[in-house]
Amino acid sequence: MGFNVDTYIKQHVKDGVILDVRGNIDSDVINKILDTIEDRMISSDELPKLRKKVYNVLVESLQNLYHHVDEVPEDFYDQEAERFGVVVIQKLERGYRIVTGNFVHVEHLPKLEERLQRINKSTFEEIKELYKFILNHQRISDKGGGGLGLVDIAKKTGRKLNYTFEKYNDEYCFFYMNIVIDDSEEGQKW
Amino acid sequence: MEPIIIEGTPKTPTVKFDASEGVFEIKGRSIPENSVEFYKPLVDWLDRYKESPLEKTVVDIRLEYFNTSSSKCILDIFKRLENIHKAKNEVQINWYYEEDDEDMLEAGEDYESIIRVPFKMIEIA
Repeated sequence: MGFNVDTYIKQHVKDGVILDVRGNIDSDVINKILDTIEDRMISSDELPKLRKKVYNVLVESLQNLYHHVDEVPEDFYDQEAERFGVVVIQKLERGYRIVTGNFVHVEHLPKLEERLQRINKSTFEEIKELYKFILNHQRISDKGGGGLGLVDIAKKTGRKLNYTFEKYNDEYCFFYMNIVIDDSEEGQKW
Repeated sequence: MEPIIIEGTPKTPTVKFDASEGVFEIKGRSIPENSVEFYKPLVDWLDRYKESPLEKTVVDIRLEYFNTSSSKCILDIFKRLENIHKAKNEVQINWYYEEDDEDMLEAGEDYESIIRVPFKMIEIA
């Protein structure tokens, strides 16, 4: 079976898709996505508390793509995209789902997996302490990333991170994150 | 000292550090992809201000959103304020948060636990 983003999206995102972007995720694209979703939430009369949480998590997930996507594989169809990413947003009954996807080179896999597992095996109290620890002790990278994005997403959603690595070829895999922001019981809540 | 006055944009906050008026505020949204560039002049300004600060420096932080990149830079700002406070010049940080915005309140409390400067949490209705 060939690589197909559609397969994952169709499996995990049913009705209610309000945004589907697949291509280069640069600063302009990030701004447009943020504006679109903010306008949508305002016109849907979402409570400020939910709006803020969704916006915050969206900023972090988009900026994770911006800072951390790896170059596309040589045989990938979109060679123009410096930062190829997938962003799909779904309106749920009581909140929103944000799905992101990006290529990860295998050499970056261990560090990413270590971060994800560290978060998911922590208690919620430990996550809050981890956030403060990284805030206070880790320096900002040259790319502007602070190492806090994934921890912040877990903290704000109150859920363990839901992610999948799909093998693309021997050098690359595609990394999906499936983030739910609502007060339902979906996902592994702390 | 020349004040620093920066107009806000959709992704960066409005800033006013003016010793002659006694106004020190950062407000709006802080979500640039790389916040170091934005905050560096503010940190540098505070390093100079430390040489002759006001008897009491009250700083108002009134942010609607800030990303994790900004959170580190904001900590840098607070660390400079902590240095001023340690040198026996009074500093107070007013941390504003909207009603029901537990995340923003918690962020203020996180900073309060790290920085040795009096914080006042102020709820905005």
